[in-house]
This record gives sequence, C-alpha cells and structure tokens, in this order.
Amino acid sequence: MKKKKLAIVGFVAIALLAPFIAQTFGGNYWVRILDFALLYIMLALGLNIVVGFAGLLDLGYIAFYAVGAYLMALLSSPQLTTQFAELAQLFPSGIHLGFWWVLLIAGPVAALFGVILGAPTLKLRGDYLAIVTLGFGEIIRIFLNNLDRPVNITNGPKGINAIDPVVFFGIDLSKAQELFGITLSPSLMYYYLIMALVIGVVFISFRLQHSRIGRAWVAIREDETAAKAMGINTRNVKLLAFAMGATFGGISGVVFGAFQAFVSPESFVLWESIYVLAIVVLGGMGHIPGVILGGILLVGFQEFLRELAEPVQKMLFGQVYIDAEVLRQLLFGLALVVIMLYRPSGIWPAPKREDRPVTRTGARTRSGTNPLEGGAR
Amino acid sequence: MDIFIQQVVNGLVLGCIYALIALGYTMVYGILGIINFAHGDILMVGALTALSGILGLQYLFPSMPQWLMLVVATLIAMPACAFLSYGIERVAYRPLRNAPRLAPLITAIGISIILQTLAMMIWSRNPLIFPTLLPSSPIDIFSTGAVITGKEIVIIVLSFVVMVGLLLLVNRTKLGRAMRATAESPRIASLMGVNPNFVISATFMIGAALAAVAGVMMATNYGNAHFYMGFIPGLKAFTAAVLGGIGNLAGAMIGGILLGLIEALGAGYIGDFTNDVFGSNYQDVFAFIVLIVVLVFRPSGIMGERVADRA
Amino acid sequence: MTTPLLSVQNINKRFGGLQALSDVGLQIAPGQIYGLIGPNGAGKTTFFNVITGLYTPDSGTFMLDGKPYQPIAVHEVAKAGIARTFQNIRLFGDMTALENVMVGRHVRTKAGIFGAVFRPASVKREEAAIEDMAHDLLEYVGIGQYAHYTARNLSYGHQRRLEIARALATEPKLLALDEPAAGMNATEKVELRALLDKIRQDGRTILLIEHDVKLVMGLCDQMTVLDYGKVIAQGLPQDVQKDPAVIEAYLGTPAH
Repeated sequence: MKKKKLAIVGFVAIALLAPFIAQTFGGNYWVRILDFALLYIMLALGLNIVVGFAGLLDLGYIAFYAVGAYLMALLSSPQLTTQFAELAQLFPSGIHLGFWWVLLIAGPVAALFGVILGAPTLKLRGDYLAIVTLGFGEIIRIFLNNLDRPVNITNGPKGINAIDPVVFFGIDLSKAQELFGITLSPSLMYYYLIMALVIGVVFISFRLQHSRIGRAWVAIREDETAAKAMGINTRNVKLLAFAMGATFGGISGVVFGAFQAFVSPESFVLWESIYVLAIVVLGGMGHIPGVILGGILLVGFQEFLRELAEPVQKMLFGQVYIDAEVLRQLLFGLALVVIMLYRPSGIWPAPKREDRPVTRTGARTRSGTNPLEGGAR
Repeated sequence: MDIFIQQVVNGLVLGCIYALIALGYTMVYGILGIINFAHGDILMVGALTALSGILGLQYLFPSMPQWLMLVVATLIAMPACAFLSYGIERVAYRPLRNAPRLAPLITAIGISIILQTLAMMIWSRNPLIFPTLLPSSPIDIFSTGAVITGKEIVIIVLSFVVMVGLLLLVNRTKLGRAMRATAESPRIASLMGVNPNFVISATFMIGAALAAVAGVMMATNYGNAHFYMGFIPGLKAFTAAVLGGIGNLAGAMIGGILLGLIEALGAGYIGDFTNDVFGSNYQDVFAFIVLIVVLVFRPSGIMGERVADRA
Repeated sequence: MTTPLLSVQNINKRFGGLQALSDVGLQIAPGQIYGLIGPNGAGKTTFFNVITGLYTPDSGTFMLDGKPYQPIAVHEVAKAGIARTFQNIRLFGDMTALENVMVGRHVRTKAGIFGAVFRPASVKREEAAIEDMAHDLLEYVGIGQYAHYTARNLSYGHQRRLEIARALATEPKLLALDEPAAGMNATEKVELRALLDKIRQDGRTILLIEHDVKLVMGLCDQMTVLDYGKVIAQGLPQDVQKDPAVIEAYLGTPAH
C-alpha cells in the first residue's frame, strides 16, 4: 500500500512539473504537445465510459468533441455576428459568452447529442453498432463541412477562428503572464487548466466505476440478456453511458476550441475517433490508469517518432526512405494488430488480485446473518 | 425527367461496383459473423496493382491492344488481392476466432491502416492517373437525352457476368456447396467432412478477387486511383450488404444496385427537393442514412439475413 | 388452498411451423419447489423464457402473487419478483463473484448518476448494504471465500451457485432455475439439493427445470410434465412417476 501511495505521489509531482521541464528542455512546442496529450487523455476517459465500461463500440466519438468545439466557436467568436446581420444588431459587441458559460452549456448539449446518436443503436450488435456510430461521426463532419451554404453557420472547410481564449479571474490565458519573475506562456497556463479538468474527469470516472450504474454498465457489457434478467433497464443505462461519454467529449471540445482559437472540420475526421479508441483499447479497456498510460504512450511515441524518424534513417541508411508521418501511421496500424493478437486486454488492464483476503468493507463486519430473512418483498 | 434516366444509368454503374464489393462483405459475415473492415482497402490494392500492371505492360508491350492490357492487369490484380486477403485472414482474423467481438474489429482497423500506409509508400500519397483504356466517348441512349460511355457499358455487363458466375459457383459446385454448408453451421459442416478453414480462406480469396475487379472498374470509371479510394466505397458497400440482407448473396447484389440508384437519384434531385439548401455534396450522407434506417427499422434487410448458427 | 404464487393458463407459443407450447398452464403454491420436466425439446426452456419475458406468448394469462402479471419487458420481470438462472450459465464473466451478486441488487436499489458522482450519505449507506448482502448471499450458497475471484475463473459448480446467489439478490418471490444441476457430479448434486432445500425452508418458492429424475423426484413438492409443448401430467411426484403417459414419453430407468 505504501509503495502504491508513493508511486501516485511521484506521478502527480511529475505531472505538475512536466510543463516546466518540457519548456526548459524542448521549448514551447513540447508544452503544446503536453496540452494535446491531456486533451486526448480527457477524450479517452470519456470514451472509456462508453467502450470500456459499457462495451459499446463507438467509432464516431469525435463527433462530441466537435459539438463542444463548435459550440465554443459559435458562442464566443465573431462568426455568427459577421454572418447574420440580425444577430449583429442584437449583440453589438458580438457574441462572446466566454469559456466558462460555454463549458456549462456544452455538458447538457453534448449529452443530448449522445442520447440522440445512441438511441437508434440500442438494439444493434457490436459490429453494426461500430459502423453506425462511424456513420454518425461522418455525417456530423460532413454537415460541419457543408453548413456554409446557403447560410453560413460553420464556415465550412475554412473553419472558424478568432475564438475567445479562456479568461480566468481576469487573466487572459492566451497572453503570457509574469509570476514571481517566471514567464508563464499561454501553453503552460492552459496545461494547468486542462490538467484540472482531467483530474475532475478522472475523479468522476472512478466514482462512476464503483457505483450501481458502473456495475450495470459492466453487466451489460458482459451479458446483456443476463443484465436484463437481473432487472437492469438496459436501454436507459446504455443511453446514460452515451450521454456521460458525450458530456466528457463535449467538454474537451470546448477547451480545444478556446485553446487553439480555431476550429475546422479537419480536426474531427474518422482517424481521430480511431485514435482515441486506440488509446482506450491499447491502454487497458475499462481501467482508468491504463487509459491514462495509453494516452501518454501513444502521444509520446507519436512525437518521439516525429522527432527521430528522419534523423535516424539518415544516420542508418543515408537517406529518408519513409516519411515520419507515414511511418507513424504504419506503426500505429501494426500496434493495433499486434496488441490485439498478443495482449487483447491492453497494456495495463485492471489487476485481478483474486487472492486478496475477503474482508467486508460494508456496514457490518461480521457474517452470520441470513440474507433470505424477511421474506420476499 | 431529363436527368432521371441519366441518374439511373449513373446509379446502375455505381451500384454494380457496390454489388461486387458487397459480395465480399456478405460472404465473410455470413460465415464468420465479422465485418471485414479492411475489405475496402483490398479494392484499393487491386486498383493500384492493376495500374502498375498496366504501366508495366505499356512499357514492355507497347503495341498490345488497350483493352487487353486492362484485362491482363486485372488478371494480375485478382490473384494478388486474393493472396493478400488470405494472408490477412490467417494473420489477423483466424487467431481471434474465439476472442470477444471487439478484437477482430480492432485488428481489421489496424490492417486497414497498414494497407493504406503501405500503399502510400509503394505508390504515392497523391492520386495517380488511371489510364483510360476503354472507350469513354458518350453514346446517346435512344434520344432520351442521357448518355452512356463504352466503359460504363463494360462495367455493367462485366458485373453481371461476374455475379452470375459467382451464383453458379455457389449453387452448382462442390466448393459452393461447402461454402453454403459452412455458412449455415460450421460445426455441422465440419462433421460432414468440410474443412471450415479451407472454406473460410476460399471465401476471403473469392471476395478479394471480386473487390479487385471492382477496384479496377472504379479506377477506370473515375480515371484515378489513390490510397484512400477504398474506404468510403467499402463502407457504402457494407451498407448495401446490410440493405440486401447480410449473408445473402442475392441480397448483396440487389442491395448494391439499389444503393447505387438511391445515391445517384438522391444526389441528382436533392437540390430540387430542398431548394438548394442541401446539394450533391451531401452524397455520402445518403448511404449512412440508408444504413441507419435499415438497421433501425428492418435489420434483416430486404431479402433477409443469413448468418451462421454459431451457438 | 392459499393463493398460488404463480398461476399461468392457456400459454400458447408458435415459432413458424412449430407449436412450441400448446395450452400450457400450471399453479405454484408459495414455499414450494415445483418441478418442470419433460424430454428434450418438450418446451421447458421455452416456457421459462415466456414467463421471464424473453419470448412473447401468442396467448396466455399470468397471475403473480394474486395480481395480474404481464411479462413483456425482460427487465420488469425481476422487478415484479421472478429471478432466473440460465441453462448455460450466464454470469458476468469479467466481474468478481461479489460484483456479480451486487449487480443482482440493482433492481432493489436506486442510486443514479448523481448519486454515483456526489455520493451523499444515503448512497454510501445503500452501497454498504449492497456489499453486505452480497457477502451474506455468497456465504449462504457456500462460496463466501471466493468473493474476489473473477467469475469466469470459478469452477463449474461454484459458478452455478454464484448464479443462484445473484438471482437471490433480487429478492425474488419466485426463483426460476433452468437445469441448475446440469453438468454436476453426484457430490455437487447432493450439495445443490441441500441448498435448494435450505432456500425452501427460508420461505422462498422455486420453479425448477431439471433432467435428473432422482434429484427432481426427491426434491419437488409438485410437478408438471411437458411433452411436445403439451402438459401430459401434473401433480405429486409419486403420482406423476406412475402415470403411463409420462412413462411412455420420458421416464426410462431412473438410476444414473
């Protein structure tokens, strides 16, 4: 127990210092990498509820990310007021709801999308569910890409820019700040904001996992018929999974929109859904620490490869045979195949610990009560 | 009425291609119960292999008639894809026969990515021009105002020939009988002396050969080929297979043609129907909507599904 | 006689060309162990699936505990008070034995998403009670020490008992067991019989499908025999045993 506590403390310490380390050794580029890693982890934790806990294979999860991002873009940028004169009149200084209000709205809106997209899939078997959710993800992307005609809502492939940054107690996170003589770059400040949200998501995920609803999700995943026979309303419980997952996706999207100050349909392609799914599956499906590890590994490895692929090839072969980007994708595909073949429950699956002593942590610490006493109610 | 016939012709061509691809999906799903996610990329490999074949033939035998080059190139692409698909089944699907459903799906996605990146490396990231080796000058159709090209006629005719050939194979040959038996119940079939692994491999190979032909047709029709050309048509062809009834061969054929017609007519008329709010740039959405509607309201498809009893 | 716990009449179910159940009816008194036997394919599991909502009958009336009962939605069945086990054990394989039983408590508890995330005192109490009862039930069926074992790693006999514990967690009025002794050896069957007896003594009612004639004859208070979807005999085991129709349809030499 002590070793585990020490490990967690160490991990948290590294996580808190990481951006400073990255900045010192790599510069702002690497701090931004950390920011995106955290965003992906947040997404993966949300998808983990749908795929990991409830076993619902969602291949269109990135749609909820898009919902959040475009909500931020539409409610906190010049887009709507420049396109629609009536709105410009109503809001002479523009629609700038700001990050915090959009964050509050995005949760329920994304959850609603989750229910809408989940509802038709409730009776579908695994593979079909995957294809349909993929279809939904693509439909949303196509709409985002084309809703610039006849009225320009999303600005199509050009995307929406000039999105307001996060303002935290009067501090604009998109401008560098000075604190005790240290320069805090925007990327650095955003790191701590995203980290705080990630911690919140992790906390909620843990609570959900060890709850009546969490058990119901796993029951559905393991055997839906038996779950129904045990009185679980599988339709509602599945919709809850979609809604929760979508909520986390939407929140991540809002942060993404504010952080990057620009959104376009390009960020929400199928490949992104697959990438997030890979983090969950390769990291350890249903196991929160595993998913976090998966996110760190996948993003880290990707960057690592980007940095080294070409120099190493030049060193070994004298020239670059394979583009870094192509190599990354190739290895990604290989990883998916190899890990499914040899370690299908992921790199860090939930530990079993079957021989731990049977101690009661409930109200009573002694056995001996007849559970059938009192008759059927 | 003026664009109706034209869109029907376009839809028929598109539908024939979808049908050929759908057959591969439906055969595999009928026996194994999995969606071969990488099937669309087999089509891509077929098209690009044929392209290389054509370029090679043009270099080595410049005086060969053009249509013959196309035929030879296709005949090279078909076995290439068949063996590729065989390899994929052995490596990525067979070991996971008894694993939970998620595993083969993930490996299939992985294989799809690998195929695409290899194609990027071998051929190019950019679209490559596929030579027009069949007549492509428009021919008027009985003064209806619609036109059709020689290559489109070839596509339609060839598709029908291939489909009839497949039906003959499945219904009149020993292999076909074995395939149908395994599709009904692999266990019982093996008790009758059928080697299910052999049948499964054969199914993958035949499906891949069909996909190769479809890939060549697509490349001929659009004049280009690139590493991403197989993915979306693959998904749409899967929709077609579901539409017709998964596991059902006739269903895949009918589903494919029907989907092609729906897409073409939809793209042609949607502008009129929605006052130009939605245009033909939403074409891809049709297939997905068809998929969702079918799965929600009539999951067994038009002709009923036939999936193996793997109780 | 007292109000029957379960009373079904005129159950008909047809699958395409096959009439799986024809005019089947039976009555189970509270506190009984009621047996449903018949040759393979007689319709026993079909009947089970009908009363537990997995199949919709073409006709039939149901009364549970004196009130009309409509087994339409499967998840309502447990709430109404019928809990079942399955012929080919359907546990939640990746969960521990304890967690499996805790899922059984789902239908009698109510914490939702907000309860899960914020964990007010009432939810904490509910969770503690769930865990307590789960431990108690595991001990009751005799596998208390395997609480943290992954369900799919348990031995076959233990899995069967776990399924019963999970069903008991729903606090059922009627416990419906589909071939609980299938695949068990003689010792395990003796233990199962003792367990079912104990459950009956604690006031529960059991409906049992079973092939093992000796087990059924010694255990059941009353029986129904099905053959080709029809009831061919009903009543006390000793009477049913001697019924010529039953002997003709099914009973060979009882010794195993």
